[in-house]
Amino acid sequence: MEEIVKEFLAESAEGLDLLERDLVELERDPGSRERLDEMFRAVHTIKGSSGMLGYPRLESVAHASEGLLGGLRDGKLAQNPALISGLLAMVDAIRALLKAIELTGNEGDADYAALLLSLKDHFRIAAAPAGTVVIGAAHESGPPDLPSEKRVGGSKIRVDASLLNQMMDLAGELILARNQTLRLTASRNDSGMLSAAQRLKRVTTDVQTAVMKVRLQAIGSVWSNLPRLARDLSLSCGKQVILEMEGSETELDRGMVEAVKDPLTHILRNAIDHGIETPEQRTRAGKTAAGHLRFRAYHREGRVHVEVSDDGAGINLARVRQCALERGLITPERAAEMSEPELSWLVFSPGFSTAEKVTSVSGRGVGLDVVRTNIEKIGGTVDLKSVIGEGTTVRIKIPLTLAVVPVLIVGSAGQRFAIPQVNLAEVVRLEAVSEANPIEKFCGAPVYRLRERILPLCFLDRTLRLGGETSAGAFIVVMQAGAYQIGLVVDAIHDTEEIVVKPLGQHLKAIACFAGAAILGDGQVVLILDVAGLMQLTGLNTLMRVLHSRQTTDAKSAGNRSKTQSWLVFRGALGSRFALPLRAVARLEEIPAERIERSAGREVVPYGGEIMPLLRLSQLFQEPEPEREVLPVVVLRESGHSAGLVVDSIEDIVEGVVELRDRAHGDLLEGAAVIRAMVADVLSVNSLLARAQGGSGPKTMDRNG
Amino acid sequence: MAVPHRFCSFYLDELWFGLNVESVQEALPSPAITPVPLAPEWIAGLVNLRGQIVTAIDLGRRLGLAERPALPPPPLLVVRCEDSLVGLLVTRVDKIVERLEGGLETTALGELVAAVYKFPGRLLHVLDLDRVAGDGKEASYEMVVK
Repeated sequence: MEEIVKEFLAESAEGLDLLERDLVELERDPGSRERLDEMFRAVHTIKGSSGMLGYPRLESVAHASEGLLGGLRDGKLAQNPALISGLLAMVDAIRALLKAIELTGNEGDADYAALLLSLKDHFRIAAAPAGTVVIGAAHESGPPDLPSEKRVGGSKIRVDASLLNQMMDLAGELILARNQTLRLTASRNDSGMLSAAQRLKRVTTDVQTAVMKVRLQAIGSVWSNLPRLARDLSLSCGKQVILEMEGSETELDRGMVEAVKDPLTHILRNAIDHGIETPEQRTRAGKTAAGHLRFRAYHREGRVHVEVSDDGAGINLARVRQCALERGLITPERAAEMSEPELSWLVFSPGFSTAEKVTSVSGRGVGLDVVRTNIEKIGGTVDLKSVIGEGTTVRIKIPLTLAVVPVLIVGSAGQRFAIPQVNLAEVVRLEAVSEANPIEKFCGAPVYRLRERILPLCFLDRTLRLGGETSAGAFIVVMQAGAYQIGLVVDAIHDTEEIVVKPLGQHLKAIACFAGAAILGDGQVVLILDVAGLMQLTGLNTLMRVLHSRQTTDAKSAGNRSKTQSWLVFRGALGSRFALPLRAVARLEEIPAERIERSAGREVVPYGGEIMPLLRLSQLFQEPEPEREVLPVVVLRESGHSAGLVVDSIEDIVEGVVELRDRAHGDLLEGAAVIRAMVADVLSVNSLLARAQGGSGPKTMDRNG
Repeated sequence: MAVPHRFCSFYLDELWFGLNVESVQEALPSPAITPVPLAPEWIAGLVNLRGQIVTAIDLGRRLGLAERPALPPPPLLVVRCEDSLVGLLVTRVDKIVERLEGGLETTALGELVAAVYKFPGRLLHVLDLDRVAGDGKEASYEMVVK
């Protein structure tokens, strides 16, 4: 495409942004002569250029809007919402035409005749009382003076975004070259060379900082389209909204600017559609008829904060709870025990919406979950505060830049990998893994007990099949993935470094455990590990869920007693399911068969400094006992007594209120219950403990009698 | 697609291959390669090309030829493919050759060779770059999960 056309497109886009902003402003502050002049000039420039470049459709649309704006400016037309809407429709039409030119090189064949006619109608209606119908009259009077062309020149130039990215790459490369030079000169003992290298070092740092700065963009460039959107939305929802923006000049990396665009739009939609009430409702509630929506951006703690607050109805948590129930997002038990912050979090879950009807604006249940995912994707966080009747505030915190990420470099089987420091919780030296605190197995997966928490482990060399000798590992890198933590076992911890993240090529995108690659200070390429991907790869997800529910239940049962209970579900040898309340389960163990001893006719095992009696599920219910070297054991503890129950396999931990049907027959069974659509026999903890403690030995009993 | 006239030629073992000279950006003598675990076996790894990260394909494995000796480190041909850069590990980079009139021996030999041209004393196997360096959906691409 010709340079001049490119220039025209970019300039026109700017002009349109300005026009759109001014139109919305004009509605609030009608008759501002200065503003009208500015708008007139913008349209006039577009019209002039499109005529010159030979775009007749564009010219005619621009011409018509120029006429309307001229009419407004000269007082021949009275301002009204329909007219503003018409002008905004025109801005859209011009945009569409520009887009077509950008993509195909010509205007396309969209027909704007109807739009133009409707615009002319404004003129007729407005002009009729005065008795003169003059279409395009404003044009004839012409723009006598266009003094503001200096905007075009000035000290700003347009730069291709890909060129900026290339500059970033090259600046990175320059730093590598600098480091090499410094290393070489240090060994030379040549003072002239050394001072030259020092100068190179300084300049390089400055170049990098400058390039980073070039990439910064004011957040205002994203939310310049919000006033227009707010206007259109409030019109279509029949609401009045006053939009305030503060901190538009707050700068952040252009990559981030793009990334927050959609989330902010979603939040705005939500605030207007769900948050702010209709003028009648507001007046009734003693508020001003027009709702206030405030966007505020600022830098704090090295991050960019964006707050969006409205003075609307706030989030009705009772409704949230009810909707979440109806949509099956939470169970009734869970709903009953959720705290207010937890409930307000629900609005960020996928598929959630409290809107009674689906409108064109929102209510489809997509929106806030997208906000959350998008923001988390760029390493940010979202939180929400809402007071019923007073309004809602959504606060987004995002890093200044995506371009440079601090990482920890770790080594495994001789290869290096980078772990983003956002994911890093702590590093544990494996020497601490002593006899007293070994790496254990839980449901077949290696785990490590870290301060009373069970940490599932992932051996990096095995998971990535790096080959070589299977090492025992030297460090556990504790990584945070959402609510979960996993321990990554590696051989070496190298260094922290700041890297520029680069996406992997198309051949490698399918490998989930890498988030990208980067070039290190020594010029080598390093892969960046993706925690979520690693968890998926190692199948740790299920285990995490089990552990997590166990840990949260533990925490809860310590506090207020809730109606829900967690249940440990396990199987007997014949596949039958059994359940025990989790609160009675102290631990899940895997005990080697050889450690089992007999004492007074009972099976016991040394456990935690005492002798723990064992019961076998198979013997209790006359099921066959398979030969095994390692036995899964459920350790029960209540009122100081403990016992181990040998089971066939641990299945899951489920939460729920269990209704006992089919009341017990024997003393061992409390009854049968349906737990998450599965039938399980609920065992009596007391009877089991009594059986284990009582000297009578493992008595057999018939399951049905 | 127009049939190219000039080829950048190279050897893979004793076989002589060619690529449209337009699609070859440069050759690196013996770049450091970072292997990518769990990648398809014909992916040799990642290479730093002046700040840009390029995926290097082990062309011998890609074509199902004999194992390439690890030493000396092989040269890398950097080619443009589907708007991105991809590296091809070869045995030895040869010169740029011009196609002879009427030299077409055969088209489409197997999946990855687009054409074979006759040259005095030897045959030039022209690779179908999109298939060799494309996303590998055809041929031997195996997605490795778990």
